[in-house]
Amino acid sequence: MNKYLFYPGCSMESSAKAYMESMNAILEPLDLRFEEIEDWNCCGATEYLGINLIPAYSLIARNLALALDQVGKMNGTDGTHTVVAPCSACYLNLAKADHYMQERPSLGAKVNEALAAGGLSYKPGALDVRHLIDVLVYDVGLDKIRSRVVRPLHGLRVAPYMGCMLPRPDYKNRWSDHEHPTELDDLLRALGAEVIEYPLTTSCCGGHMTQIGPETAFELIRRLVADADDRGADLMATVCPMCQMNIDAYQNEMNHFFGTDYHMPILFFTQLMGLAFGKEPGEVGIGMELVNARNAMARVGVEVPLTQEPAGPRKKDEGLPMPRRWTKREVEKEAVK
Amino acid sequence: MSQEKIGVYVCHCGTNIAGVVDVEHVAKWAAEKLGGQGVVVARDYKFMCSSLGQELIEKDIKELGLTRVVVAACSPHLHEKTFRIAAKNAGLNPYLVELASIREQVSWVHTDKAVATEKSKAVVAGAVARVIENKPLEEIKVPINPNTLVVGGGIAGIQAALEIANAGFHVYLVEREPSIGGHMAQFDKTFPTLDCSACILTPRMVEAGTHPNITLMTWSEVVNVAGYVGNFNVTIKKKARFVKEELCTGCGICEEKCPKKVVDDVFEAGLGYRKAVYTPFAQAVPKFPVMDKANCTYFIKGTCKACEKFCPTGAIDFNQEDQLINVDVGNIILATGYDLFDARRVSNYGYGRLPNVFTSIEFERLCNAAGLTNGNIVLRDGKTAPKSVGIIHCVGSRDKNFNNYCSVICCMQGLKFAHLVHERTGATVYNFYIDMRTAYKAYDEFYQRVLEEGTLFVRGKVAEVTDAARYENEKGKLIIQVEDTLIGKQRRIPVDMVILSIGLQPRRDAKEVGKLFGISCSTDGWFTEKHPKLDPVATMTEGIYIAGCAQGPKDIPSSVAQGAAASARVLDKILQKEVALEPVKASINADKCSGCRICNGLCPFNAISYIADDNVSNINPALCQGCGTCVAACPAGAISGTGFSDEQIMAQIDGLLMRNLEVAGV
Repeated sequence: MNKYLFYPGCSMESSAKAYMESMNAILEPLDLRFEEIEDWNCCGATEYLGINLIPAYSLIARNLALALDQVGKMNGTDGTHTVVAPCSACYLNLAKADHYMQERPSLGAKVNEALAAGGLSYKPGALDVRHLIDVLVYDVGLDKIRSRVVRPLHGLRVAPYMGCMLPRPDYKNRWSDHEHPTELDDLLRALGAEVIEYPLTTSCCGGHMTQIGPETAFELIRRLVADADDRGADLMATVCPMCQMNIDAYQNEMNHFFGTDYHMPILFFTQLMGLAFGKEPGEVGIGMELVNARNAMARVGVEVPLTQEPAGPRKKDEGLPMPRRWTKREVEKEAVK
Repeated sequence: MSQEKIGVYVCHCGTNIAGVVDVEHVAKWAAEKLGGQGVVVARDYKFMCSSLGQELIEKDIKELGLTRVVVAACSPHLHEKTFRIAAKNAGLNPYLVELASIREQVSWVHTDKAVATEKSKAVVAGAVARVIENKPLEEIKVPINPNTLVVGGGIAGIQAALEIANAGFHVYLVEREPSIGGHMAQFDKTFPTLDCSACILTPRMVEAGTHPNITLMTWSEVVNVAGYVGNFNVTIKKKARFVKEELCTGCGICEEKCPKKVVDDVFEAGLGYRKAVYTPFAQAVPKFPVMDKANCTYFIKGTCKACEKFCPTGAIDFNQEDQLINVDVGNIILATGYDLFDARRVSNYGYGRLPNVFTSIEFERLCNAAGLTNGNIVLRDGKTAPKSVGIIHCVGSRDKNFNNYCSVICCMQGLKFAHLVHERTGATVYNFYIDMRTAYKAYDEFYQRVLEEGTLFVRGKVAEVTDAARYENEKGKLIIQVEDTLIGKQRRIPVDMVILSIGLQPRRDAKEVGKLFGISCSTDGWFTEKHPKLDPVATMTEGIYIAGCAQGPKDIPSSVAQGAAASARVLDKILQKEVALEPVKASINADKCSGCRICNGLCPFNAISYIADDNVSNINPALCQGCGTCVAACPAGAISGTGFSDEQIMAQIDGLLMRNLEVAGV
């Protein structure tokens, strides 16, 4: 039984519940034990670092400091110094904080000053920050994963989508390639799936542009979905909650925007692993996705019970109307006052 | 108090030194304050290295009876020899001259005049203290074996071998592959004149193959080098060909009958096939085939022997073994060439993933009439001619992720490809370049010609080659995503074929080969020349010369020029009949040596051997280059360097710290 420290991140408990459920479902068959970092906080995602570095890094480092405290309480088994993050953004932020605190001692000192206020400290480099798929492919190994497969995903055409944040920038040289990493491809193949050539595997899903510049995000989503569709994928597999949400939740709006009618389900790779390990769809969160994967699942003989209405146009808000937002001109006027 | 009469000469070097250091003051100070050390005269002069400057020193030696000379000027690398010769002319042992570097180590690195002047004084005081401890040394003379070893049978090696052979001296030309010819034999056309590469190369190959003064040893590798300049003993492994050269007529029947066909990764760059017994190409020199043991059916399964059955002269010999051959040579030229950058490393260009992405060497074979497609430029499907072609420059070169250096040939190679594609297919050709580098004779004119032919040039480093179509016109094409820096916009250019102009790299085993011959490699891995400008074909090891791309990326004319230059240097050595070795050598005090052998492995020139009977190590003075590595490493302090003895070094340090002056009450 290999123990790891586990940093779930916010989305695993909300938008990416399916990821959490499916991950938990495959831990036992692979002899893994994840110990959640107690009292962890948000990693700050992509926004905070753009505003003020010291508080942003302090927020991230607090989790590392807590994790380091917890290391002492675990017995010295394999992986005790390894923090596993299932979300690409969390992984990147934790790794980034660790790296820059080490590279720039002045930053490290300032962050530690902030941490000291809470009675914490973190020595950069003390922990290994790794992504879930990294641990599965390189620690658990493909052979072991292959040996647990009872329901091979033969005939399921999967587009492997790694997303942009995972392989770059690769501070610790963990990935096979920065533009075309093959870890996800290899893992899916080990499950018996047919992995299609997907050149956009590290292209951006739009990130938070869905909130601040939807047209830009729609175009990025369209590229990903259209290429997977062109290449005959039944579904896409992802390693990142953000990617999953953008492609799943905004696909309908994207279709409206471009006048297209793509139907490209996207599942977490752990859901496909769980399925291949013989779990039932409900146990690994299949059915929670908005662009349903029912047809794709039928290809491997899995029937997904109807749990929801097919995604239709958005319902109108039923509450009271909100006051109108200020226009840019009005903002400037206010500022003059 | 020193018994010596020392002259100190401070050079202005124009304003190079005098601009920062108060040279007159330094000279005056030396005359006044270093008198106690034996300085009898100190002068400053505008250019000490000029004839008049040298005469000044010679005159003082003769008239004042100087016994030691210190020249405060540039680095010893530049003019030590000049002043030593001047001293010799005046009857003083040349090793009693010491150079104090007040240019490289003082004036060029300081701006504060007062401080620089003080430092110059210290450097001069150090040199004066040191020169007192200098011992007169005599050069060692050794005879030179007139034979020469040339390693590498590419165009540079062939040129070097022919020049020496034509001058009447014997050459052993060793080549690792079955045939000489090197990379040039793979090319279709050569820039900028577009001569057929084989047509200009093969006459030279034949000449080298038949020359009475050249012993050609292909399918062979140097495995050991012993000895020193003038007297090298080289062991060459002649790999088993499994073909008796004395019987083989080169008729090619064995190759024709051999049932085993394999992809030829070497000569055909993976874009063609050969048999298990083969000559790499039709004009191969020598004509004898070699058998590829790893792929031969007989060696794998124990049956077949088709070649043996059909050979009309009975030349096939399955029992042949590798042979070790010893040759004595006086000089060695390394022309070991280059490897090509592995384009798969730039994964965003898709080589190895996207079928219609080709490397430059693949394209050479594609448009070569002797290649797999008989010179037809087609896509990977083997039949479709491309309608549009993108040529990407600087793949793996000028990129901090891969190689920092410029590979020199890729721009012209890209232009040549553009011309050939245009001429043979009429396709639209794009060149994607960072900077267009078309230096040298008639190169830029060729660029102008290609421009006029209508090739499109986009300045920008290509971000990605992908088959992920975004728009209708991109479907089924390779899309080149690039920032066109001349218009300041991102562009997506769909093409049928992409050619990557891949860079040149040092040979994979360059470091080991360098160690074998006792020469060093630069940080990039190319063999290091003695001087980057003034001595580009010699190395720091006497008697070892380098030529061609082994020294750094270069085109054919430059490789040929270096081959010829190296041979001129070798001929110069041969004609001197004997060589004077620098007497700056390390020597081991056998009484102090504990026989620990730490020094043996450290010597970069293989000069130290262990004498088991006496349990001591011994340094061969002819081999030693006086680098001092062993001196520093010896835990017992048993090794001292002639010309760099402990006494000299300690005296110099005392001088630098002006310690001796304090004692003298200055």
